[in-house]
Amino acid sequence: MRSTTFIFALLITASLFIYSGCGNGNSTGGAMSHSSAAEKVYVAPGEYDQYYEFFSGGFSGQVTVHGLPSGRLLKTIPVFSVDGEKGYGFNEETKPMLMTTYGFVPWDDSHHPKLSQTEGVHDGNFLFINANNTPRIARIDLTTFETTEIIEIPNSGGSHASPYPTQNTEYLVAATRFSVPIPQKDVPIDSYKENFKGTFTFISGGQEPGEMDIAFQILAPGYDYDLAHCGKGVSHGWTFFTSYNVEQANTLKEKNASQYDKDYIAAVNWKKAEEYIAQGKFKEWPSEYYHNYYSDKTHTGTSTKMKGVKVLIPSECPGLVYYLPTPKSPHGVDVSPTGEYIVGNGKLSADLTVHSFEKMLAAIEAKKFDDEIDGIPVLNYDAVHVGTVEMGGLGPLHTEFDGRGHGYTSFFISSEVVKWSLETFEVVDRIPAYYSIGHLSIPGGGSMKPWENGKYLIAMNKITKDRYLPTGPELAHSAQLYDISGDKMELLLDFPTMGEPHYAQGILASKIMDKQVKFFRLEENEHKYKALTEADTKVVRKGKEVHIYGTMIRSHFAPDNIEGIKVGDKVFWHITNLEQDWDVPHGLAVMGANNAELLIMPGQTETLVWEPKAEGVYPFYCTDFCSALHQEMQGYIRVSAENANTKMKWRLGDEAFGE
Amino acid sequence: MKSKGAIFLAIVVVAFMSACGGGSGDKEKKGKFAPPPKAKPMTYEEAQADWKNQKGRGPITKVELGELDAEMAKKGEDIYVLKCTACHAPDKEKLGPAPTGIFERRTPEWIMNMILNPEEMAMKDPIGRGLLMKYNTVMANQGLTEDDARAVLEYFRTL
Repeated sequence: MRSTTFIFALLITASLFIYSGCGNGNSTGGAMSHSSAAEKVYVAPGEYDQYYEFFSGGFSGQVTVHGLPSGRLLKTIPVFSVDGEKGYGFNEETKPMLMTTYGFVPWDDSHHPKLSQTEGVHDGNFLFINANNTPRIARIDLTTFETTEIIEIPNSGGSHASPYPTQNTEYLVAATRFSVPIPQKDVPIDSYKENFKGTFTFISGGQEPGEMDIAFQILAPGYDYDLAHCGKGVSHGWTFFTSYNVEQANTLKEKNASQYDKDYIAAVNWKKAEEYIAQGKFKEWPSEYYHNYYSDKTHTGTSTKMKGVKVLIPSECPGLVYYLPTPKSPHGVDVSPTGEYIVGNGKLSADLTVHSFEKMLAAIEAKKFDDEIDGIPVLNYDAVHVGTVEMGGLGPLHTEFDGRGHGYTSFFISSEVVKWSLETFEVVDRIPAYYSIGHLSIPGGGSMKPWENGKYLIAMNKITKDRYLPTGPELAHSAQLYDISGDKMELLLDFPTMGEPHYAQGILASKIMDKQVKFFRLEENEHKYKALTEADTKVVRKGKEVHIYGTMIRSHFAPDNIEGIKVGDKVFWHITNLEQDWDVPHGLAVMGANNAELLIMPGQTETLVWEPKAEGVYPFYCTDFCSALHQEMQGYIRVSAENANTKMKWRLGDEAFGE
Repeated sequence: MKSKGAIFLAIVVVAFMSACGGGSGDKEKKGKFAPPPKAKPMTYEEAQADWKNQKGRGPITKVELGELDAEMAKKGEDIYVLKCTACHAPDKEKLGPAPTGIFERRTPEWIMNMILNPEEMAMKDPIGRGLLMKYNTVMANQGLTEDDARAVLEYFRTL
């Protein structure tokens, strides 16, 4: 009997347990929403995400590509920082990409990934991103996901308001965040007001690979120019830059650059600038800058030192630049999808200031100027201001838009996303961000046509704290994904990111995925040191330089035994990957190399420099697991004394060659 | 009475369990039907003995070999030199077998399918599988088009 009772109890317990575990149908609201959020971000094994989302790596200097809605990391693209994993900035082919007037710069701070546009819509051709520290703009080709072009911005200090393309990518823009003496000169720092200037830079060639160039620069008063957006639709032809520090402080800026009630948004009429350039109303300055271009035919980057820029001076070019007074050190300046509203995010304020482009044109026409600074008219605030979004939040930074008449603004200090109406300027929804949100991104939300009328919003947060398992003092920055398709925003997902995910842009996967290069055709390889067949492999000595023309295929190197190298030689390993199939890179690692590995894509040639220090026989091997015989993909290189008379010999199996 | 109750509860539990997942139910169903008898796959030796009927697996089902087309054969040689010689010497074994004399052991269809579809051939074709065992490696897919592979086939006829 007792045992029967026991079985009873067991069965009752079991049935209750099974019942409650049977699904979330009867559980709490929280659990329900977890399960529905999980469903919305679940991408089944083997299935694809709906969006590519390109995140800046911030102080990592790179770009990371995530899939949305899953948040999965798809790729890290090295841009402004060397990357040992891919040999970027270490191999001879990509070193030229990081050349500047300051020499080889192995690191930078990448900020704003911006997709190329055609008629105000992301066209999926290219991604651009700015380097904040040593001012540059990079192009990433979206058929290879490789950095293929980098142009340096002269006459700038801290290029933050960049690259922000115009409606058809006629221009990319840049501005100096930190005003500096322009041209540079040795002056006392406290002569700031007298000697320091700002610049707005317009870069042409955005849609033509290899053709990026400084079209012109505009000299501006010495403020800190923070962010930009180009006009679109009705405001196409104009670019807007925010400024802070109109106080022109050069020390303790935290306090001294926050004194005045208003700073300025600069409105630049770049079509007018084109007219002035055509009329020859520019100064030719002998400024130097580098243009670096990587070709997928030669698989090689080249650096070209450029000289001379055209500079426009506003006082000599009426109608070129106007200032729009905007409260509280505006950070982001964002333009609504039609191009009519210019939104100033006053970062020390609780409110957003909205200017009207139509009112701005009327105010210019009626000359409603309150002041003039270095030839730049300051427009009357009431004449351009159309509305204030009173938030009750704190520290607005950035705004993007859905296609349904709403703006979404990030509030750093109060750590939230606020949704507001473009019709009434009233707040309609708000949701917390974890924690301290900087930029936010709606795929297409900075263009004229947000994808799917704005389905997702990503918050990029500066502080992580307790969101993930703790990992010592440093934590991965966190991003959050929200569903914004309904009336109420809904938090779906947290995911960690690389470096500082400063800003991100997303595009429907279908705009990019079908044009991916899967391998480089050997027939089209124009690398100077290519070896397209094993019959072309050889080792050539030129004085102290030794050039190895090698190949790799599953799973051997040709040659794989090399002798005749001497201490003091500089050995160039030029290796061609002979594979002609997708996803078969091979790596090359050489013992004691002072740089990195090579990671060579199918059909590509790359070069590693190796300077052996001591006699001996050193192994080299393939790093990327390539086949069942990957472990056997290995060779030896013999190093003799500097004065030895070891003959140059190389072999693969029975095929041996040499002096 | 109590034991009857136990049975009742057990039925309830089973009902909940099956309502919950359905997984175990499916398994049971499957268990009722014996799997169809699998044909024993051909061995390498059996397939080799029957090589004249072995067309391989892939896009090629029929190849007509006409008069030797010297121009096509030259094109095929160029492709072969660029894409294949890292592993295949024309007349002696390197990492894989040599193509000289290949028509005495393989059909034209099999050869082209091996070039165009090496991964599946290594896994599923009895001869391909035998070659994988012998040479220890899946032949690289070198991205040839059907026209490229046909030209390489023509080149093989000149060896």
